[in-house]
Amino acid sequence: MNAQKYMNPYLAGFLLGLVLLATIYVTGRGLGASGAVKSVVLSTVVEVAPQHAANTPYIKAYHEEHPGNPLKEWLVFEVIGVLIGAFLSGIISDRIGIKLERGSRITGRTRIIAAVIGGALFGFGAQLGRGCTSGAALSGMAVMSFGGIITMMAIFGSAYGVAYFFRKLWLK
Amino acid sequence: MAPLVPTIISNEFNLIIALIAGIGFGFVLEQAGFSSTKKLVGLFYGYDFTVLKVFFTAGVTAMIGVLLFAHMGILDLSMIYINPTFLWSALIGGAIMGVGFIIGGFCPGTSICAAAIGKLDGIAFVLGGALGVLAFAEGYPLWEKIYLAQAWGPVTMYDMLGIPPALFAFILTIVAIAAFYFTSLIENKVNGTPSGVDKNRMTKYASVTVLAFILLTYIAIIPDADKRRDAHIEKQLKSSDFSKAEIPADKLALEIINNYYKINIIDTRSPEAFNTWHLPLAINIPAESMKDRKWDNLWQQKHKVNYFYSDDQVTAQKVYLYAKLSGKADNYILNEPASTFRQMFDQTILPPAGAGKQEMNVYNFRKKAAADMATLVETLKNSTQPVVAKTTKIKGGC
Repeated sequence: MNAQKYMNPYLAGFLLGLVLLATIYVTGRGLGASGAVKSVVLSTVVEVAPQHAANTPYIKAYHEEHPGNPLKEWLVFEVIGVLIGAFLSGIISDRIGIKLERGSRITGRTRIIAAVIGGALFGFGAQLGRGCTSGAALSGMAVMSFGGIITMMAIFGSAYGVAYFFRKLWLK
Repeated sequence: MAPLVPTIISNEFNLIIALIAGIGFGFVLEQAGFSSTKKLVGLFYGYDFTVLKVFFTAGVTAMIGVLLFAHMGILDLSMIYINPTFLWSALIGGAIMGVGFIIGGFCPGTSICAAAIGKLDGIAFVLGGALGVLAFAEGYPLWEKIYLAQAWGPVTMYDMLGIPPALFAFILTIVAIAAFYFTSLIENKVNGTPSGVDKNRMTKYASVTVLAFILLTYIAIIPDADKRRDAHIEKQLKSSDFSKAEIPADKLALEIINNYYKINIIDTRSPEAFNTWHLPLAINIPAESMKDRKWDNLWQQKHKVNYFYSDDQVTAQKVYLYAKLSGKADNYILNEPASTFRQMFDQTILPPAGAGKQEMNVYNFRKKAAADMATLVETLKNSTQPVVAKTTKIKGGC
C-alpha cells in the first residue's frame, strides 16, 4: 500500500465549510449522518416486523410522519453520497482495502467489539441529542444554533472526560 | 432569494442535491483523514488535533458565509433550519455520544467514510449505531420525558447572549484561532516535534485569518441589504416625482373592467380598512408585511401590472418603491386615496340639475363603471384570489 498523505486540515476544513455553506444556501438545511441510520433502521423494523412497529410508539410516530417510501429521505440520499465521495477519495489517495485499524495493545476482536459498543452509544446519544457531530454540532455551528453548540460541547467535553479510562484502546 | 428549496428547486430534485452534497462531504472527510480512528481520537490524547482543525475551520467558514449571504440579502435566515434546543437531551445525548466517540473511535459520519474504503471497524461502528437507534426507539417511553424536557425552540447563541450575530461570529472565530494555536503547541510537545513553523505557510494562514476578520467587520459595520433598501426607499419617498407612475381613478376603473386578468390591484392599508371596503378585485398587502416572501412572485412576475393604493399616498408610494426594487413587474400608484375612489364609484352623486354635459358624461361613465365592476366581482368571486406561495419551514437535522 502506498497511501498518500492526508490533506492539510485547514484546507480540508475550508472545503468542508464551503460544502456545508452551499448545502445551506441551496436547501436551507445542513449536513447530517445519524438521521440516515435512523431512517434505515426504523423502516427496516416496519418491513420486518410490522405488527411490532405498530405497537412501538416511537416507530409508529416516525412512520406516520414520513408517509410514502421512508427511504426517500434527504439524509438517506446524502449518506449514499458520503459513501460514494469517501470511496472516490479512497481511490484517488490509494487507501481502499479491507483493513482493521486498532491500538497496539488490543486484539482485532476487542477492536470490533469496542466499535460496535461505541457505535451503539453514539447511535443512542444522537437520537436523544437530535443529531450527531454532523447534524447537531457542525451544522449547528454554521447557523449558530444554541442547541447544536451545547451538544458539541457535551460530546467533546465528555470524550475528554473519559479518554483517560479508555487509553488502553488507543495508546501504546 | 435563497434557500432555493422549495421555491426554485423542487423537493424531488432536492434528493439529487442531497446526493451531491453527500459526495462532497464524504470526499472531504476522507481526504482529511477522518476514515482513520488514529487520526480521530488523537484529539483526545493530544497527539493529533486534525479533527479540531477541520471541524472548527469548516464551522467558521460556513458560519461567516451564512452571515455574509444574509447580509447581502441573498439568503433568508428566517427560512433556514436552526436545530431546536432541548436542553437536557442535548447535554445528556452529547455526553453519551462523547463516550461512544472514545470507545468506538468514530462518529457516525466518519464511520460511514471508513466503511466506504473497507475499514472493518467502520462497518462495525455503523452496525453498532443501528443497534443504538433501535434501542432508543424500543425503549422510547423510558426516556421520553428527558427527550422532550426544556424545549426552548430554535434559539441561537446570539439570542441567548443578547449580542448581534456578527459579534458572536467574531468571538467564535477568535476562539477557533486561539484553539488552533494552543493545540499546535500541545501537539508538538506530545509528539516531541520542534515547534518551528514554515514561514510561507504562516503567511498564508495569517492572510486567510485577516480576510475572515475583514469580512466579519464588514458584516458588522456596513448596513445589510435590507437596511440599505429601506434607506433607499426613505430617500426616494422624499425626493422622487411619482407623477409618471400615477394613474387617475377613472383610468384604473377602465383597466379593471377591460383588463382585470392583466392587473393586480394591491391595497396597502390595514386589514381592517381592507375588510370594511376595498377596490374591486383588490388584494390586501399591508405596508408592514410587504417584505413577506410570499409576495415575491407578485413583484417578480412580468405578465401582470401592479396598481397600489392607500388612504395616504405615502403608504402606497412606499410599497410601490419596494415592489420596484424587488422585481421587474410594471407598477403604478392610484392617484386618489381609497376613500375618493369609493366616493367616485360606489357613492356616485347625481350632478345638480343644469349641470354641464361634461359633468353628466362623467356621472354616467362612473355609474356604468361601478355597475360593470360589481358584475365583474360577482362573476369572478371564486377565481380572483392570486395564487400565494406557501411559506413552509424547512426540515433538517439528523
